[in-house]
Amino acid sequence: MSQQKTSDVILYDHNRDGVDRRGFLKCMAWAGTGALCVLQGGVLKSYALDDSSGLHKAAKADFSFVQISDSHMGFNKAANPDVVATMKVAIDKIRALPVAPEFILHTGDITHLSKPSEFDTVDQLLKAAPAKDVFFVPGEHDVLEDNGQQYRDRYGKSTKGDGWYSFDKKGVHFVGLVNVMNLKAGGMGSLGHEQLEWLEDDVKHLSKSTPVVVFAHVPLWTIYPDWGWGTDDSAQALSYLKHFGSVTVLNGHIHQTMQKVEGNITFHTATSTAFPQPRPGEAPSPGPMKVPAEKLRSLLGVTDVNYMRKRHALAVIDSTLE
Amino acid sequence: MKKRDWILFATVAIVLALPGISILGQSVSASSPAAVDVKIDNFSFLPPTITVKAGTRITWTNADDIPHNVVSNDQSFKSKVLDTDEKFTYTISKPGTYIYYCSIHPKMTGKIVVE
Repeated sequence: MSQQKTSDVILYDHNRDGVDRRGFLKCMAWAGTGALCVLQGGVLKSYALDDSSGLHKAAKADFSFVQISDSHMGFNKAANPDVVATMKVAIDKIRALPVAPEFILHTGDITHLSKPSEFDTVDQLLKAAPAKDVFFVPGEHDVLEDNGQQYRDRYGKSTKGDGWYSFDKKGVHFVGLVNVMNLKAGGMGSLGHEQLEWLEDDVKHLSKSTPVVVFAHVPLWTIYPDWGWGTDDSAQALSYLKHFGSVTVLNGHIHQTMQKVEGNITFHTATSTAFPQPRPGEAPSPGPMKVPAEKLRSLLGVTDVNYMRKRHALAVIDSTLE
Repeated sequence: MKKRDWILFATVAIVLALPGISILGQSVSASSPAAVDVKIDNFSFLPPTITVKAGTRITWTNADDIPHNVVSNDQSFKSKVLDTDEKFTYTISKPGTYIYYCSIHPKMTGKIVVE
């Protein structure tokens, strides 16, 4: 990290430790509330989506990227018989953003059945997106039958292990993790020993003021164990990140937005572009939720993330497909 | 097909259709239940525990809108991924207790007791 960036951060660091950890903040928001959460030096500020001053701040970001998730290409059941159409709307939504995103993160379940034709369709649709790069992590639906070989051949050529990797963009460190492989009977998502060792080593040499964004398919915080909505060994992964001033964790898998802020870590899950899933425990199973056709697009969406270097903040904005 | 060939064919077919007969030295009478169904529904194996005689054909059918599979903990059997309405049939000839799960949704577990 350059001296310039470090001094930018210290300008807003009143405790000289890269983060305000005096307060323990906890926030949880459900889909449809339209909340925009801005994390500034460890302090959460939230705005309603119709709050023009909040959105104005987000528009002044140093750069932004978009998270899309769970496109489930190939799904054709009643919950959404046309997942191509809804993914197109999602990409149109990205094209309509006032500032083109630097890149797109796809947090897995790209396909429904890991079929080559399903991956091909998603790749084709993403060509219309206004972003140079798309970064992926696999969902459990992308690694069926072949332990993720096809996925890695397509998207993971320069990744480690089952497909984990990291990269830096404008002073922010991004880490893509794989927690859908080698799952154990009765368990939830799993990172595994090898990946955890890699993660510890990957972030060890970073300045503590470096903003870190971690993305993976299954939530890295326990949302609902009965439905497997969590990752068995996520606590160990998060322990390697607790000294950083700002950590943002982006996940998919549960097809609905949820947020939690705990200390220096903001957790966020994205909606699907394909079909909604029920709130935890509010249905017999986490299977696709059937809603009236006219309501479907209000439960699907994309997530826009804006980074403000001078404010040491990442703003996460969810918007639905209508 | 000549009549004699037809009788030979039918006899072979009947022998093949009786699982485990004589080969395993077990007496499987024609009236004993030789097939059991397990339904995969709402991210569950139903019934979650089955008790069967050795040689029983067990058929899992996926009734969910989401794909599942059937994998034994000891990896002795593993289905391909079953999309909606797809089936997997497996026959266990060795008595014992077998725990299995869906390796895509590992919270889903089931048990087979083979007598």
